[in-house]
Amino acid sequence: MTTFVPARRLGPVTGLRNSFTLAWRSVLKLRTNPEDLFGLLLQPIMYLVLFTYVFGGSIAGGTHQYLQFSLPGIMVLSVVFATLGTGMMLSQDVATGVFDRFRALPIARWAPLAGAIGGDMVRYLISVAVTLGFGMILGFRVQTSPLAAAMGCLLLLVFALAMCWFSAMVGMLVKSAQGVQLWGFLLMFPLVFGSNILTESAKMPGWLQAFVKVNPVTYLTEAGRALLTGGPAATPVTRSLLWALAIFVVFAPLAVRAYLRRT
Amino acid sequence: MGEETNAIEARGLVKRFGKTTALAGVDLTARAGTVLGLLGPNGAGKTTAVRILATLLRPDGGEARVCGYDVGRDAHQVRQLIGLTGQYASVDEGLSGTNNLIMIGRLLGMSRAGARARAAGLLARFELTEAAGRPAKTYSGGMRRRLDLAASLVGQPRVLYLDEPTTGLDPHSRNEVWALIRQLVADGTTVLLTTQYLEEADQLAHDIAVIDRGKVIATGSPDELKARTGRQVLEVCPADRADLGVVAALLGQRTESAPAVSDESGRVTVQVSDGRLLPELVREFDDRGIELAEFALRKASLDEVFLALTGHRAENPRDNEPAEATGRRKLSRSAR
Repeated sequence: MTTFVPARRLGPVTGLRNSFTLAWRSVLKLRTNPEDLFGLLLQPIMYLVLFTYVFGGSIAGGTHQYLQFSLPGIMVLSVVFATLGTGMMLSQDVATGVFDRFRALPIARWAPLAGAIGGDMVRYLISVAVTLGFGMILGFRVQTSPLAAAMGCLLLLVFALAMCWFSAMVGMLVKSAQGVQLWGFLLMFPLVFGSNILTESAKMPGWLQAFVKVNPVTYLTEAGRALLTGGPAATPVTRSLLWALAIFVVFAPLAVRAYLRRT
Repeated sequence: MGEETNAIEARGLVKRFGKTTALAGVDLTARAGTVLGLLGPNGAGKTTAVRILATLLRPDGGEARVCGYDVGRDAHQVRQLIGLTGQYASVDEGLSGTNNLIMIGRLLGMSRAGARARAAGLLARFELTEAAGRPAKTYSGGMRRRLDLAASLVGQPRVLYLDEPTTGLDPHSRNEVWALIRQLVADGTTVLLTTQYLEEADQLAHDIAVIDRGKVIATGSPDELKARTGRQVLEVCPADRADLGVVAALLGQRTESAPAVSDESGRVTVQVSDGRLLPELVREFDDRGIELAEFALRKASLDEVFLALTGHRAENPRDNEPAEATGRRKLSRSAR
């Protein structure tokens, strides 16, 4: 038998390559799992139709005005909820033993996490594109420039990239995918709806206004509105980015730690 | 690394989960190119031992080397040498058979074309070519297990861990898996096989370590273990079934142990400790005019050995377990 001498350590590019392969896997799963893709496509459409036609008349005095107001918020909502999928998938990988197989392979230890999250960026992109596209079919118009609109979408993706570490952490701490869904919704619902995405906060009680004022979703929505329909963008964009950074700095290490401990 | 190095060497492995001690000082040795069978009932610590040897768990005490590399310090090297097939088939259900294997190949650093070719080769070898394009969630249990095994072979491992590879499989699929394991060993792979099935260890393993409650209670080749109890089993089958009762009574008298009578096979089995008894018995049957169709002395089965070693029986599995349908015997704790 020939003597095979195993390499002492991973090459520097190997970790990235591993992550890329695992991201490819996530995207591939999207294609072979029609329910998942269907949900990803239909959810934003459902939100748009319901919110626009249920609230539009009474809140903004007309569906078109309301759509101009609410679409950036619905984009935020769709993306934030889509990040739940990251945690669910990771939790499933642990439960089925797929992660055990990965960890017994000579790959970078962080690659399964990074790969899953990288692959999920494609999901978030789909979610943003569908919301904006369908919104435009319903009559939404970008009132700034295509470049500003693109920057708005990019900002959303950056925020999603931070948020999904939170989701990943929940996925590592909770034992089942159903558990992730439950906890994720319980934690994300107040975050998403305790904000200005559907209505201005002026008529809310004081304690809620206080919460809305510090809620990152509020800043993100304001930034989205500014970049898509006009208005001062600098402050909300900066604040959104700072929030994204803060979420990332807190939850990425926690998620990695939970991942190393769980597996 | 010299040829003489043992493929697996574990000394004094200890692992605790909270208050439970899963491993209480386990030593294991697998010679390169052989099958080491880790035999024990559910909860004996088999999977924990495998997970430590596969770098998935850190032991609380002791050390383990795979091809000379420490599973803790040199985990990255160890991972390049091993393949792992878990008790629960860990394939990605959402991916097709082909893509599952391509993914592993790519993770191991193969080129796109190389990974594709290796996947196709393995799928053909495991008779999965027809199902190659289908998501793994549509596979039957046996197919899934074969895909899992294929996935652990993508990197051509020197040491392969098979954690209960046939649990829950029907006899046909089990025989297929056995044949594959034999072939791998013939090609020079070292295999660590955990099993609850005595028959499986008897069939495949060169060496067996019997593990119970986190401790290795006996080691040796299947024959050595069978010889260790010092007892042999005499099987007598009278030509005329009407003589069955007489034969049983006589054997009971002479051997001073309780013979087991099987009406189905028309055979009486009894444990004997003294071989000199045999000519005497033959003469006596002859004197009484009892014609014998079969008169054979054999070694105790591993089943009987396990009982002697542990003091608890290798029982039939509970009714709802799939193994029951296949008529296989599974070890389980007598006290439940």
